[in-house]
Amino acid sequence: MGLIHYFLSNRTEILELTLEHLWLVGVSMLLAVLAGVPTGILLARRPRLEKPVLAGANIVETIPSLALFGLLLPVPWLGARADRLAILALALYALLPIIRNTYAGIAGVDPAVVEAGRGMGLTDRQLLLQVQLPLALSVILAGVRVATVISIGVATIAAAIGAGGLGEFIFRGLAMVNNNLILAGAIPAALLALAADLVFGIAEHKLRPRTSAR
Amino acid sequence: MKPNPTASSASPHAIEFRDVRFSIGEHRLVDGLTLAIRRGETLVLLGRSGSGKTTTLKLINRLLEPGAGVVSVEGRSTADWDPIRLRRSIGYVIQEVGLFPHFSVERNIGLVPSIEGWPRAKVQERVRTLLRLVGLDPALAARFPAELSGGQRQRVGVARALAADPPILLMDEPFGALDPITRAELQREFRELQAKIGKTVVFVTHDLSEALLLASRIGLFEDGRLAGLYTPEEFQRTSDATCAEYRKAFRAVLPLAPAAP
Repeated sequence: MGLIHYFLSNRTEILELTLEHLWLVGVSMLLAVLAGVPTGILLARRPRLEKPVLAGANIVETIPSLALFGLLLPVPWLGARADRLAILALALYALLPIIRNTYAGIAGVDPAVVEAGRGMGLTDRQLLLQVQLPLALSVILAGVRVATVISIGVATIAAAIGAGGLGEFIFRGLAMVNNNLILAGAIPAALLALAADLVFGIAEHKLRPRTSAR
Repeated sequence: MKPNPTASSASPHAIEFRDVRFSIGEHRLVDGLTLAIRRGETLVLLGRSGSGKTTTLKLINRLLEPGAGVVSVEGRSTADWDPIRLRRSIGYVIQEVGLFPHFSVERNIGLVPSIEGWPRAKVQERVRTLLRLVGLDPALAARFPAELSGGQRQRVGVARALAADPPILLMDEPFGALDPITRAELQREFRELQAKIGKTVVFVTHDLSEALLLASRIGLFEDGRLAGLYTPEEFQRTSDATCAEYRKAFRAVLPLAPAAP
């Protein structure tokens, strides 16, 4: 089989670009969680902000990825390094599902539970950390899961601006009309997405708060 | 830390409302409310849905703040209390119970004492004492709320409200969602419990027989106003039109209800 032979003989480069791909996605997801979860919490506290913030995140979502990469290119500090730019763009894409799920998760906690907590004299912080976040955790993780899977796909486009990752193979393969080359990028990317989905699925299940002794 | 002992000994009343109004927009949910609640009494707020009973209750633990007038607890206006301190010295029980579904019974009951820094062993002992007090087997401590019956959950809710031994207990239709047999059981048990612990209890209900059974005084609410204050005996004898209407409505559905307890 030509394809298997091709993969084996190029395994070092495939591994290298896979790791680079993971790095792009990993760092951008970290940023997106750091920005998105607090934003979602804020929206749950100030519902008046919900519409404008989610509308903003929605608009970002509608910009084609290639266009977003291109638009950010002239920005001074960002445009200096392609990976930096790619990470920011990927993080922006990941914001919507994370903000929305954090908001929905917290807003979805039984109001009677929140009222009881408040009535017992829990501070906002105690209520958030001990009650709302634990109960919303699996919904928040579901948002991170969707964001990660999307991000692994979108990150292949980042190669167009020279940010590296598995997209390198795809763009090179397109230019050289070489299917093996395209598949060397596409197959590992698809496997990464499936693996991420699986891992987050397990985490979502494991971190679902226990509600029974058995 | 006990809530300001000097203030509590100075005031003869546990809770006082002075000309209190609470409105949302143009709508006055509570209006012109003046009411003094004695230490150790069980005041039942009776009235239809939307008559202002629950709003009155939430004004006491400052889940709501009055638009006009003053609500005082232990002689001090709730506006001057740190709301967190205030709420920790007032037990709160609601109809939906609101147990934390991801906490065991023990953690649910012991949460406030733990936050207040009680040692673990003391919290565990307190949880067991309280479970026995509300008529539950201490072995239930390890269970989660989803593994309890409705009656058991409501008992845990009462135990949780009593955890830090607050002098005041607010109860918002605590037995309203239970089946009639369990409800009667809990009402009877609560009356015995109240005789034992002697808290100041403010109890909201729309059930006349419950009010007659539990109250030392009944505050009748109509359209956001306190229409009258009666002992259960007075309530049954008075010629006041609203009370009479209430008695009539209950006699129709429950012929034995107005009999003196």
